[in-house]
Amino acid sequence: MTAFLRSLRDKDNLRGLGLISPSLLWMIGLLIIPLIVVMISSVGGRDPDGNVIFGFSFHNYLRLAGYNYDTPCGDVPPPCFDDLYLTILWRSLVLAFQTTALVIAVGYPLAYFVARAPAGHRNLLLFLILVPLWTNFVIRVYAWIMILRTQGVLNGLIGSALGVLNLPFKPLEMLYTPGAVLVGMVYEFLPFMILPMYTSLEKIDSSLFEAAADLGANPLRTFLRVTLPLSMPGVVAGTILVFIPVMGTFIVSDILGGRQVILVGNLIQRQFLDARDPAFGSAASILLMVMTLIVTIFYTRTFGFGEEIASA
Amino acid sequence: MPQFAVELRDVVKRFPGPSGEEVYAVKHVSLQIHDGEFFSLLGPSGCGKTTSLRMIAGFELPTTGAVMIHDRHMGETPPFQRPVNTVFQNYALFPHMTVGENVAFGLEMKRVPKTDIAPRVTEALRMVRLPGMEKRKPKQLSGGQQQRIALARALINRPEVLLLDEPLGALDLKLRKEMQLELKTLQREVGITFIYVTHDQEEALTMSDRIAVMSGGEVLQVGGAADIYERPNCRFVADFIGETNFLRGTVKEQKGKTTVVEVDGGITVRAESENSLAHGQSVTIAVRPEKIHLRPTSGAANAFAGRVEDLVYIGTDTHYGVRFAGDHRVRVREQNTDSASTPLARVGDEVTVSFAEAAARVLVE
Amino acid sequence: MSNRRSLWITLASLLVYVFLYAPIVVLVVFAFNSSKTNVIFEGVVNKGPCGPFYWFCVLFKNGEVLSAARNTMTIAIVSTVASTIIGTMAALALQRYAFPAKTFSEVSLYIPIVIPEIVMGIGILVLFSALFRWLNSAFGLQGDDRLALGLGTVIVSHIAFSIPFVALVVRARLHGFDKAIEEAAMDLGADEWVTFWRVTLPIIAPGVLSGGLLAFTLSLDDFVITFFTNGPGSTTLPIYVYGLLRRIITPEVNALSTVWIFTVLAALAISQRVQREA
Repeated sequence: MTAFLRSLRDKDNLRGLGLISPSLLWMIGLLIIPLIVVMISSVGGRDPDGNVIFGFSFHNYLRLAGYNYDTPCGDVPPPCFDDLYLTILWRSLVLAFQTTALVIAVGYPLAYFVARAPAGHRNLLLFLILVPLWTNFVIRVYAWIMILRTQGVLNGLIGSALGVLNLPFKPLEMLYTPGAVLVGMVYEFLPFMILPMYTSLEKIDSSLFEAAADLGANPLRTFLRVTLPLSMPGVVAGTILVFIPVMGTFIVSDILGGRQVILVGNLIQRQFLDARDPAFGSAASILLMVMTLIVTIFYTRTFGFGEEIASA
Repeated sequence: MPQFAVELRDVVKRFPGPSGEEVYAVKHVSLQIHDGEFFSLLGPSGCGKTTSLRMIAGFELPTTGAVMIHDRHMGETPPFQRPVNTVFQNYALFPHMTVGENVAFGLEMKRVPKTDIAPRVTEALRMVRLPGMEKRKPKQLSGGQQQRIALARALINRPEVLLLDEPLGALDLKLRKEMQLELKTLQREVGITFIYVTHDQEEALTMSDRIAVMSGGEVLQVGGAADIYERPNCRFVADFIGETNFLRGTVKEQKGKTTVVEVDGGITVRAESENSLAHGQSVTIAVRPEKIHLRPTSGAANAFAGRVEDLVYIGTDTHYGVRFAGDHRVRVREQNTDSASTPLARVGDEVTVSFAEAAARVLVE
Repeated sequence: MSNRRSLWITLASLLVYVFLYAPIVVLVVFAFNSSKTNVIFEGVVNKGPCGPFYWFCVLFKNGEVLSAARNTMTIAIVSTVASTIIGTMAALALQRYAFPAKTFSEVSLYIPIVIPEIVMGIGILVLFSALFRWLNSAFGLQGDDRLALGLGTVIVSHIAFSIPFVALVVRARLHGFDKAIEEAAMDLGADEWVTFWRVTLPIIAPGVLSGGLLAFTLSLDDFVITFFTNGPGSTTLPIYVYGLLRRIITPEVNALSTVWIFTVLAALAISQRVQREA
């Protein structure tokens, strides 16, 4: 304490504290305290009005884990095991991984293309990637309804293409399928992957490519040994920027998945709106947060994102 | 037995300029570089020396002309198939690999067995006097050390020719001097042809067997250090290499090498020229400051009365600025031998400026 | 050979650009559809005094849309100004000074980046509803006096998620800042305050400006946080569109999207020009 008081006598300390305090106030008041409140309510219960009754019990978490204590699971009377929520969690995790992998696969060539384009063109090409991002998230999802629905644009295009070839065509059911949700997710988050990948690809000194070629590496080996490893920080940063929001999103699945594709995000949202069980929703949120943190930490440990942050 | 290690045959390199026009980086350069030679491309920035080197390495292709390495026409051979290696200006060490991995990279690309690579890496690091550094990352090394690693990474492949693009540019003066000597020694040991790009004339003179002086995309003169210093063939070379006094004038008469030139201001100077010159042709005479003396020397073909205008004492030498024959000013460099512990002259003293006929070279513009 | 390789990359990149823009083109085209159900494009609408812009006219007569647009702008502007100032201050503190709780402050600024938005959204929702319930009963507030979710809660929440991004961008700018320039100013007699206004701020201004732009776009684009923190009378455009999507879809939504896209593009073009001139 005396050390703290002594340090306050230092002018720099005072200035630093003064400058940081508004942001600290915000972060504590609107981030840390809410998180604590969520944690507390996740071990609580609910009253008939949908308010949280504070208490201490893990039954919300047990419910998530499959312990069903009030409704029958098929023929089995309660308490019984019900994998409903575990399936939702697993589905969300799989979808987040699929989205991330697809976004990397689709985004990498473009990021590479922009990073290697003549310096004068790069800003424009980059700008073109960002423009869709500035149209609203909800609007972007809506656009995919128009494209994917049974009588939508894509079926129309395929139909007229097949019509020219005189082939029979039955419109494909694309909307309200897991595939539609995946396409929507890729579309929503693609720019978030391209940007960091571009940044790290662009940073690579072109003399390194020359050095690799000079030492006998053909283009493929230069890519595998130099380009790819040096762009990994960008891929890792992009993965974090994509994986985390995909895990928590509920609009894409809500709109493009109809009621068929339920993800953790939808589960949480329903507890606060329809089901009126905020305590259970809080528990699901905490679980979601822990899951994303585990994946993020594991991922950054493996690929060394910490090093990148430290050097930045 | 191939004639030359590297030969450039009438090589031209044009780039599209900023407003669509073509810009010449290299104009009709022809060079022959012998096996085992330490050859320097010397010139100011933008003279085309780096572009020439990059065409040998294969990073650029000539617009017209040919690059030959040991009589093999390189054509569009990509860099990774050329028998040369490069030491880059900023070293271009792979930041994500250790020193050992960097040095091993070239051998790995040639699919040399792993068991053979390790001893060669050890040997290469020993050669550049950095043994046992395999596990370090390039970032953990000093500039001079990175430089040596870049050298080891290139030399381990035993290239037919080693290309060095201003490799000492980023080092401080003292380290640079050390590395110059070390590079020269190393080149003698390994016997590989070195082609060295630099803008530092002293560096080129210290290390090279032969030097090509370049300017504006052209090679002006090729020769040994003494050749280029003592017998520059044009004003640019004389001016770029060392310090030179220039006197403008017109040719009065020529007998063999001896050329009498009437210098503006009414004096005549006897100078040497290998070229035959026409009467009345306008020429420039170049005289090195250390070849001019302040005392009349016996047998000096040229002697003029002048006045010391300024004087700088720099330890080994004293530099004088002397005005003579009206408007001419020359720099004179006298060595401070023990017999002349007091300066030869003071500011304002009347002196005689003298130099031999062989000390004055006639340059045609 | 390398030409062929770059041809493939160019082709793949072109396809990705098509993928990025096709939905936007579809959106805009269908804003002129004459079919009210808007499933199939049945030709360009030509109704009323507005002709092909019929749906745009319908849109501009829609009171709900106008009030949602007003809310969106109010929230975006207020939260941008506040978060830019607070975020810049935080960046200066973290980059320049050592002070107690520095590590904690730094970590707290990373939290919104690494936790899913929905968690933050419901956290704020749970906190505010508990807080308001307690305050309402403690002070016996009744009827319209009762504290409730609304514009205020949305704005403070937007400020909260924007601060870290502004701080990140401004810090990046401060990172390459040569302190000798400030020392030179002080050496020439400027006090710290003058140095900040005349030297430091102008130099970091591009960073502050792009931080502000980022905060503005984050606020405009936000759905999740707004979804959980808004209340009656604070509906924003994204929330409004989301509400429509779950009911009926008419070309009016496309018209709204089109207006949105072109407004954002115009704003971007203007900000680009301003930045270039600055």
